Amino acid sequence: MDDIYRENILDNYRHPKNFGKLVNADIEEELGNPFCGDKIAVSLKLTGTHKQGVDRKVRDIRFNGQGCAVSIASASLVTEYIKGKSLREIMALNRETVLSLMGIELTPTRLKCALLSLETVQNAVKQTFTG
Amino acid sequence: MLDTKKIIPDFPILGKKINGKPLIYLDSTASSLKPAQVIRAMDDYYQRYGVNIFRGVYKLSETATEKYESARSTVASFIGSKEANEIIFVRNATEAVNLVAATWGEVNVDSQSNIISTVMEHHANIVPWQQLVKRKNAKLNYLDITEEGRLQPGQIENKINVNTRLIALTYVSNVLGTINPVAKIIKIIKEINPGVKILVDAAQAVPHMKIDVNNLGADFLVFSGHKMLGPTGIGVLWAKGEIMKDLPPYQTGGDMIREVYLDRTVFNDIPHRFEAGTPHIAGAIGLAEAVRYLDSLGMDKVRRHEEELVEYALSNLTGMKEITVYGPHTAGDRAAVVAFNAKGVHPHDMAQILDRDNICIRSGHHCAMPLHTRLQIPASCRASFYIYNTKKDVDLLIEGILKAKIFFE
Repeated sequence: MDDIYRENILDNYRHPKNFGKLVNADIEEELGNPFCGDKIAVSLKLTGTHKQGVDRKVRDIRFNGQGCAVSIASASLVTEYIKGKSLREIMALNRETVLSLMGIELTPTRLKCALLSLETVQNAVKQTFTG
Repeated sequence: MLDTKKIIPDFPILGKKINGKPLIYLDSTASSLKPAQVIRAMDDYYQRYGVNIFRGVYKLSETATEKYESARSTVASFIGSKEANEIIFVRNATEAVNLVAATWGEVNVDSQSNIISTVMEHHANIVPWQQLVKRKNAKLNYLDITEEGRLQPGQIENKINVNTRLIALTYVSNVLGTINPVAKIIKIIKEINPGVKILVDAAQAVPHMKIDVNNLGADFLVFSGHKMLGPTGIGVLWAKGEIMKDLPPYQTGGDMIREVYLDRTVFNDIPHRFEAGTPHIAGAIGLAEAVRYLDSLGMDKVRRHEEELVEYALSNLTGMKEITVYGPHTAGDRAAVVAFNAKGVHPHDMAQILDRDNICIRSGHHCAMPLHTRLQIPASCRASFYIYNTKKDVDLLIEGILKAKIFFE
């Protein structure tokens, strides 16, 4: 029996934290999961200005989109976790971070659902380096 | 209905239990299960005469060549073709479409041309054409569907013009289950513009119903072995010899040549010109065995079996609360594939919950993203039925769906 639908996952799916969209966000990004067409969009507000580079911190974050329990719960947990973290810290996060936040094991296919939110956030952060 | 009590024991995988429970396989649209007869035929090749074809004069090579070429004839007659050289073995339906795009398309499509496809196609019948029109600066247009998932009547007449080179159309939608009236559509097309070539994606048709290329009017027909009880890695392009015989090759190298000099090459005749390199010999042999298996059941009986199953599934699913079923609601023009969504349960989660009871369904966009965009949904659940499925499988599916709905309520 799979054990992915633990109470914390179902809670975060039914009542996701940080769901929505920030007005006047500093950065925004949307990414899809090519296997199912699900999409996650994130919007972030940062501290400081461009000059601070990767030392800028996440003041606030929201996400929205459609997804399965795994991707929505992951987005809820990931966005909550990165609040207050610097862009440098965010870029250092990886799949182990996401899995330990979720506290479950996932098959390779469902892992893609779980990692979509972090990937979206990191893509958003990368924009601040180029733009 | 087919005698599933006799059929099921032929499929070794259905005799195995996973976590003590039987397997309820409802994803034959993605890939069918394989009967022992097919597995044995391939095993037999590797065990007894697993050598290369065409090259040797020794007995084993002659046997392998004979089996490979007789597989071609078996497959040809299965779809009503009398010309074995109109069967080109490829890896799968996807490669067959790519082959047509890269050979026929390369020669016949230019910047004035347009190609017509439909919004209900599998990506395999969209992306190769997108790439071709991009290379040629040509146009790609699409036929739309009705709310019930049938092709809208009357559009073909409006979309075809003198510059239309090809219509790429699926016989059966791998999501909606719609069986398109292909012969009728082709007749309309050829009346308007006899020069238009027609490629039929029959990946979901050949495994499930009697196909006769003589009555169809198509110019190209593609399908995959692994969806019709055969192995993976073998597929078929049926194409009219008169079209293929003068086309440039797809890939070049061994087997596809007649004479090679350091500065030039004379290519082989069809079909070998399009089968460069050592082919999937065991795959062709396995596919021929799959064809014999289906023939022994009778394709009309296969179709009737599936029609009954889909009718039963539709009557159950359409009556359920908060379940949306996509595609035609009449079994008569619908293959045994049912895409649906349950309110409040994402398809991934539905599939995962069903998997707890070893019920295998597909979730996602099923390689038909444009269709899902058209239906305004990101994803769907899809259950499909084949010769080894029973009404009890449908009952278990319904039970599982109810469980998942309660779980996520």
